[in-house]
Amino acid sequence: MSKTIKHALAVAAGLLLAGPALAAWDLNLKPGITELSQEAYRLHMLILWWCIGIAVVVFGAMIVSIVKFRKSAGAQPDTSLTHSTTVEVIWTVIPIVILVVMAIPAARALIKIEDTRNSQISIKITGFQWKWQYEYLEEKVSFYSTLDAASNETRMKGSGKNPADVPDYLLNVDNPMVVPVGKKVRLLVTAGDVIHAWWVPALGVKKDAIPGFVNEMWFEAKEVGTFRGQCVELCGRDHGFMPVVVEVKSEADYQAWLEAQKAKSAPPAAAPAAI
Amino acid sequence: MSNAQSLDTTHSHDHGHDDHGPAKGIKRWLYATNHKDIGTMYMVFSLAMFLTGGLMAMFIRLELLQPGIQFLDPGKFNSMTTMHALLMVFGAVMPAFVGLANWMIPLQVGAPDMALPRMNNFSFWILPFAFSLLLLTLLVPGGSPAGGWTLYPPLTLQSGDALPMAIFAVHLMGASSIMGAINVIVTIMNMRAPGMSLLKMPLFVWTWLITAYLLIAVMPVLAGAVTMLLTDHFFHTSFFSASGGGDPVMFQHIFWFFGHPEVYIMILPAFGVVSEIIPRFSRKPLFGYDAMVYATASIAFLSFIVWAHHMFTTGMPLAGEMFFMLSTMLIAIPTGVKVFNWTATMWKGSISFEPPMLFALSFLFLFTIGGFSGLMLAIVPVDFQYHDTYFVVAHFHYVLVPGAIFGIMAGVYYWLPKWTGYMYDIKLAKIHFWLSTIFVNVLFFPQHFLGLAGMPRRIPDYSTQFADWNFVSSIGGFAFGLTQLLFVYIVFTSKKTGIKATDRVWEPEPQSLEWTLPSPAPYHSFETPPVVK
Repeated sequence: MSKTIKHALAVAAGLLLAGPALAAWDLNLKPGITELSQEAYRLHMLILWWCIGIAVVVFGAMIVSIVKFRKSAGAQPDTSLTHSTTVEVIWTVIPIVILVVMAIPAARALIKIEDTRNSQISIKITGFQWKWQYEYLEEKVSFYSTLDAASNETRMKGSGKNPADVPDYLLNVDNPMVVPVGKKVRLLVTAGDVIHAWWVPALGVKKDAIPGFVNEMWFEAKEVGTFRGQCVELCGRDHGFMPVVVEVKSEADYQAWLEAQKAKSAPPAAAPAAI
Repeated sequence: MSNAQSLDTTHSHDHGHDDHGPAKGIKRWLYATNHKDIGTMYMVFSLAMFLTGGLMAMFIRLELLQPGIQFLDPGKFNSMTTMHALLMVFGAVMPAFVGLANWMIPLQVGAPDMALPRMNNFSFWILPFAFSLLLLTLLVPGGSPAGGWTLYPPLTLQSGDALPMAIFAVHLMGASSIMGAINVIVTIMNMRAPGMSLLKMPLFVWTWLITAYLLIAVMPVLAGAVTMLLTDHFFHTSFFSASGGGDPVMFQHIFWFFGHPEVYIMILPAFGVVSEIIPRFSRKPLFGYDAMVYATASIAFLSFIVWAHHMFTTGMPLAGEMFFMLSTMLIAIPTGVKVFNWTATMWKGSISFEPPMLFALSFLFLFTIGGFSGLMLAIVPVDFQYHDTYFVVAHFHYVLVPGAIFGIMAGVYYWLPKWTGYMYDIKLAKIHFWLSTIFVNVLFFPQHFLGLAGMPRRIPDYSTQFADWNFVSSIGGFAFGLTQLLFVYIVFTSKKTGIKATDRVWEPEPQSLEWTLPSPAPYHSFETPPVVK
C-alpha cells in the first residue's frame, strides 16, 4: 500500500518536473542489508505510521474546526467550553501509552546495537581531513581510502564536467573497505585531526570519529555487494568529499583480497605521519 | 498592590518630562529608553538580520540547485551555512521576540514602560556591534567561522582571525540577551496592574516569563563554552583537546546544555503569540489556560534534561542513550497538550481568517509536523540513520520557520495596527500568507526525503541521486525568499493605506489590556494602572 502511494507520488512529481530528471525521487529509508539496519527500518516505519495515525486525528480535528466552526458559515461560539478535566486527562494519558509502546521496541533494538561482543573481525577506522584509514587489526593490513579521481576532477569549481557522467559521483573511493558476508564485524572508530562520522546507510551504523577516543560499533552483512555512505560530521572544507565504500564479499573472495593486500603492503603500510 | 502605589508616585513625579514625547531625530533612537522605541528598533534590527541570513540561505540553495560546484567554493559554502544559522538564531529570531516583548509586555500587564529602561537601551545597542563584528569576519584572513554554528572543536579551532571575533560577538549577544531577560522578569514581577495575579496574565506574558528564566540559565553556559574555546586556542589550555587530557565531546555536552533550552527560547514566545491569536479569532477563551501554563513550564523544565539527544552518535554509554531517548520522548506530552488545547480552542468556536489567524493556523499545522519528526528523531536506533542528514535539517526548519518565524509574523500582523495606528493591506498580507505557506513546504518537505535517502547535511555538492529533490527544494527556497520581500513591503507601507485602526483593531471581543488603549498606543502606555478584575 505504501509502495503504491510512493510510486504515485514519484510519478506525479516526475511529471511535474521533468527538469534535472535523474529519476531518483527516493522518498523513504531503505531496509538495508544488516539485522540492525532492518531493525531501524522497522522502527522507522512503526513510528512513522503512529505519527501518521496521530496526524490524521489531530489534523482532522483542526480541519473540522476550520470548516465547521467558521464564522462565515454562521457558527456561534460556545464560550462556556474553556476546560474539561476529563478530556485533558485523556489526552495526556493516551500519548503516554503510545510513547511506552514506542519505547519498548526502541530500547530492545538499542541494546542489540550496542552489543559489540563476540565479533569475528575487528577493523580500526581513522578519519582524517579528508580521507579514511582502515586497519585490519588481526591481519596487519592497512590502507587509506580517498575520493575516486573521476569524482574529484568533476567536483572542482568550473571543471566543465557533468556529474551525471561520473558513475557513483562523490560516492566512490580508490580503496574500499572489504568485509566478508555473514561475519560479525566490529568497527573501532577514531580520528586523527577533527571529528568525523562514519556512516553507511545500508549497514545501519553511524558513529562519530573523535580524536583521542575510540568508539565501537558492529554489523553483520547478509548479502554481498557494494554499499556506499559518506562522512556525516562537518569536518572542514572537503567534508562533502570523503565517502565511505564497503564491499561485502564471499568468504573466499575476502580471503583472496586479504592475501593481495598483504602482498601489496609487504613493507608495512605508511604511518599516519604521511598526512 | 504596593507596587502599583509606588508606580503611581513615580508617575506624578515624572509627568513634567513625559509629556514632551519622543526626542527629535537620531537622539530618539540612540538615547531611547521608551519600550516602544526600543521594541521597534529590535524588530527592525531583526528584520535586517532575517534578510541578511535569508540572502545567505539563497546562496546555499543556489549552490545546491544542481550537482557539481557552480558558485561557492566548499569553504565559502561552509561559511554560509555557519553564518546563516548564527544570524537567524541570534540575530533574527531572538531579537524579534525581545522586540515583541518590549512592545507588548508593558501593554499587556498594564505598565507604563519596561522596568529598567536604560538597561533596555544598552541591551539593544549591544546588538549592532555584536553583529557587525560577526559579519566582519567575512572579510578577515581565513574567512568567517565555517565549522557550523555549533562551533564544535577541534574544527572550529582551525578558524583564522574569525575565531576571537566570533567568540566576542557571542559574548556580546549573550550579555544582551541576559539583560533583556532580566528586564522582562523584573517588569512582569513588579509592574502588573492591580488585580492581575500570575494566573491571570496573558499567555504571551507567561511564555516570555518562562523564556526569560531559560535565557538567564543558559546564556552564561554558552559564554563559558566559547571562553574555553578561546583559552584552548590562545592560552594553550586543553579543555577540549584529547592530547592534553581534555575531551572534544565535553564541548558538545556544554554547548547543548545551552543549545536545547535555546531551542525552546526560540519557540515558547511563539507559543505565547499563537495562544493570544487563536482564541481571539475563534471568539472563545483559550481552552485549558492553566494546563497551557503548566505545559509551558514542563517543557522548560524538560529542556534541561534532554540535551544529549543532539549527540547520540558520539559514543555515549547505553544508559545515557536510554535516558536521553526517554526524556526526549517525554517532551511530546506537554507539547501535545498545547496542540490539543489550541485545537480545542477552535472547537465550537466562530472562526474568522484574518492574516494573524492564518499565520497562527499555519503554525499549528506545520509546527506539529516538526513535532512528529522530532519524536522520530528521539528514537535512538533510528536516529542513527537520521542523524546529521537532511532529515534533521527538515525537522528543525519546520519548527523554526513555520514555527518560530510564522509565530513572529502572526504577532506582527496581530499587533502592527496597535503600533502604527493604521491597518495594513489585508489583501496583500493574505497573499503573503498563501505564498509563504505553500513555498515553505516546497522548500522543506522534500528535505525529509533527501535525508531518508542518505544525504548528509552541510555538504556543498552531492551525488546525482539527490539531484531531483534538491532542485525542488531550491525552487521552493527562492520563491519563499522572494515572498518575504512582500512582508517588508506590507509592514513599511502599512501607514500609507490610510485606514485608521480602532482601539480593539480586530472585530472579535478582545481579552487583554493592550486593546483598551488607543491605536497607536500612547508613548507612555498606562499612565495610571488599569484594574484587572
